[in-house]
Amino acid sequence: MQPDRHDIELSVNGTRYRRPVESRMLLSDFLRHELLLAGTHVGCEHGVCGACTILLDGAPIRSCLMLAVQADGHELSTVEGLAGDDGELHPVQRAMHDHHGLQCGYCTPGILMTMTAYLKQNPQPSEHEVREALSGNLCRCTGYQNIVDAMLAAAQALRAAAP
Amino acid sequence: MTTRFFGAPVKRNEDRKLLTGQALFIDDVELPGMLHVAFLRSQVAHARIKRIDVSGALQRPGVVAVYTANDLGAYWQHGPLLVPPPPIPGTVFNARTQVPLAKDKIRHVGEPLAVIVAESRYIAEDALDDIEVDLDILPTVVDIEAALTAASTRVHDDLDSNVSAHVHQSKGDYRKAAAQAHLILKRRFRYEHGISSPIETRGVVAQWNARADQMTIWDTTQAPVFVRNGLAAMLGLGERQVRVIAPFVGGGFGPKIMMFYPEEVALPWISMRLNRPVKWIEDRLEHFFSTTHERGQIHDAEIALAADGRILGIKDVFLHDGGAYDPYGLTVPINSQCTLLGPYAVPAYDSAFTAVFTNLPIVTPYRGAGRQHGVFVMERLLDLAAHALKIDPAEIRRRNLIPSDAFPYKNEIIYQDFQPLEYDSGNYEPVLDKALELIGYDHFIRVEQPRLRAEGRCAGIAVACYVEGTGIGPYEGAKVQIQSNGKVSVATGIGTQGQGHFTSFAQIVADELGVDVSDVDIVTGDTDQFYWGAGTFASRGAVVAGTAVSEASRAVRKKVLKLAGDAFECSEEDLVLADGKVAITGIPEKFIWLGDLARRANPMRGAVVPGTEPGLESTQYFGPPKGTTANGVHAAIVEVDPRTFDLKVLKYVVVHDCGTVINPMILAGQIHGGVAQGIGNAFYEKLSFDEQGQLLNASLADYLLPTALEVPRMELDHTVTPSPLNPLGIKGAGEAGAIPVGPLFAQAIEDALDLKRREVELLEIPLSPSRLFELTRKARNI
Repeated sequence: MQPDRHDIELSVNGTRYRRPVESRMLLSDFLRHELLLAGTHVGCEHGVCGACTILLDGAPIRSCLMLAVQADGHELSTVEGLAGDDGELHPVQRAMHDHHGLQCGYCTPGILMTMTAYLKQNPQPSEHEVREALSGNLCRCTGYQNIVDAMLAAAQALRAAAP
Repeated sequence: MTTRFFGAPVKRNEDRKLLTGQALFIDDVELPGMLHVAFLRSQVAHARIKRIDVSGALQRPGVVAVYTANDLGAYWQHGPLLVPPPPIPGTVFNARTQVPLAKDKIRHVGEPLAVIVAESRYIAEDALDDIEVDLDILPTVVDIEAALTAASTRVHDDLDSNVSAHVHQSKGDYRKAAAQAHLILKRRFRYEHGISSPIETRGVVAQWNARADQMTIWDTTQAPVFVRNGLAAMLGLGERQVRVIAPFVGGGFGPKIMMFYPEEVALPWISMRLNRPVKWIEDRLEHFFSTTHERGQIHDAEIALAADGRILGIKDVFLHDGGAYDPYGLTVPINSQCTLLGPYAVPAYDSAFTAVFTNLPIVTPYRGAGRQHGVFVMERLLDLAAHALKIDPAEIRRRNLIPSDAFPYKNEIIYQDFQPLEYDSGNYEPVLDKALELIGYDHFIRVEQPRLRAEGRCAGIAVACYVEGTGIGPYEGAKVQIQSNGKVSVATGIGTQGQGHFTSFAQIVADELGVDVSDVDIVTGDTDQFYWGAGTFASRGAVVAGTAVSEASRAVRKKVLKLAGDAFECSEEDLVLADGKVAITGIPEKFIWLGDLARRANPMRGAVVPGTEPGLESTQYFGPPKGTTANGVHAAIVEVDPRTFDLKVLKYVVVHDCGTVINPMILAGQIHGGVAQGIGNAFYEKLSFDEQGQLLNASLADYLLPTALEVPRMELDHTVTPSPLNPLGIKGAGEAGAIPVGPLFAQAIEDALDLKRREVELLEIPLSPSRLFELTRKARNI
């Protein structure tokens, strides 16, 4: 099979990239191995574990279930873009640190991306709503409890900071 | 030493990297000229290999090389026996270890047959379809009872049966105990443990540098030092020529310590042969077949009891599914055998097991490592006894607890660390009391349960106890060094997979040397940074490496005080170490920064006096004489929907004693995560094999890991009984959360559905809604 290539142009965390890609290349592989943004992790490559979650035009998607060519012309956000330029952690990152919401940290980038988007959509979630929102992201280390607490605290911090 | 940090819930040093996507995991290693590897894996469980034709794959553009077992030449060897059998008289053990690529015969689905090296992983996987394989399919050995019949096919042709091992251990005289018993209960129990399934799968990157004669291997291993030693020997290199780096590892839970996986053997050899860096990252489907499992045991167990519920003796005969090869020796079934005894005084114990070869993936320890199986049998026997003798389930446990004045308590039989099983310390009754109080045991039984029953709701309560052997040898070491910038560098040989070592070890150092936790940089899992060690397993990191870190810090502290005392011409007793400097007590303006002191210890002029060393540095080792035993009690209230058998945990309590606690926040995280895995094991996760040894649910959509909706909020409490076996009094805690959840769920579900009255006994794990439906459909309805 001769690989067919396409030129794509997209933006990740505000930086524009133009690259030729094979049409079959997964978006997760493109981000990780072509753009060297390896903070987005791959856990299952079949859309279940949620580790590879990124934002596409602000909405969470699984980058292992999308081809890079499909992201042509879109605005992407990954974990590398969450903290401020000065290194200041995003309130969701800060809350994960404060509440020990991560152990091995492998699922963490996907959880951060899923939940930053969710807390925009639902700024005052109940514990059960947080658990439902988290239930598409698998974590094998933490038992989720500290992540849930972190998200409830992050929601509060985000509300307090909102104008 | 002040204890400003030791014992405090210090937030983790490693978090920032992990939260910002800057931590290096295996698949983040990118090297110029790197090639990518895919393995052709067997689709069948048992077959003779007639022919493997790779010529088609070699024609594909982008394919660089294809190798089968024959290409490996003398490098093709059976893997080492990682843990030889303990010295138990009469033990039978047939060591049959795995191979890098199958030659002649295939023994489980997923066993690698050929390896393809290509310019990209995409091309390597394309080329898998180009390989032609001609096989003679053989009958498959899956059922462990059928495996032992004379008619069974043999997994290993050179053995006259499928027996991998047979071990018999006893204490006291069970026959005598049984003869005096008021009651003997006998049941058959089945306990299956599943797959660890860390969110990061395994991976290996190997880079041979021909100019430097150096091999660098990045490996998702829990035991980098062992991997280096073994690979150096296999590759014909000196150990100093091989560097193994276990970078950030995305969860381990046991299977990442297995060695050698075929991929760990193949990749370095390929890199040398092609003089190019090579990478292999396991995909999730591969993980289900090629990373080791734990799995099932069948126990025929009986308990002999006095009329008051005291245990007189226990007899247990069990079968253990070991899979196709047994490189990990007897660790898992020995743990089952020893951990069964739990926190109870059992005067007579007679236990024999047979480990069985099957055509299924290899079994090695996974968090709990066989302990669950034993605890399930004991706890269920006590529940049956409580029911038969009309004693409350918590009360029968209390009556049998080893009293606090009986430690060290000798259980006589041999444990996995080859030492006689001895509980070094413990105080069990307060742990049970706390758990019962926190769960509201009496109130639930007297008030809540009748109220819920009246509403038509099925809620039940349970309590389960365990003792966990932790912190075994052989040893670990640590090098602590004060750098001239005032920061402290610490290196140790263990690997880390999320346990918080970058913080808990830093807390130990920070207190000794008077620096902030954030000024201590820990390196784990890089054999060039620390040469010696064993690995992260058996809940031993904090106990063994933590103690070595403490000893090395104390030695550095001594050097600091000596040097500063000389500089200030004062007594060492007059010095105080705090805030990164050494000051004279009462004269705070008279001080020297630790960084400056480190520079003085490495003078450009003036000699280092004979008998002393340059630098503020020390390397120390710690080897415990034997493992230290932690203990705990879990209690839960669950509600079961009697029509759908959907289960909801209404309350979950863990009370645990792991000796002195370094960081209660990290400890709580370990317990939470363990319980979550225990819940998966008890009610959601089941490896479903068919008769051909095919795993029918090899995806995360079908093999159900618990999500945030299944894992409940947990209430934790602790008691502290320091271990006398290490100076800090620490006991291990990594596996505790996962151990007693199976029997806890069985007991709670029985109570919720009132199954005792309906004459249904839950004697197996995992349970699930559909399994509960099957087990109760013929039950007597009241």
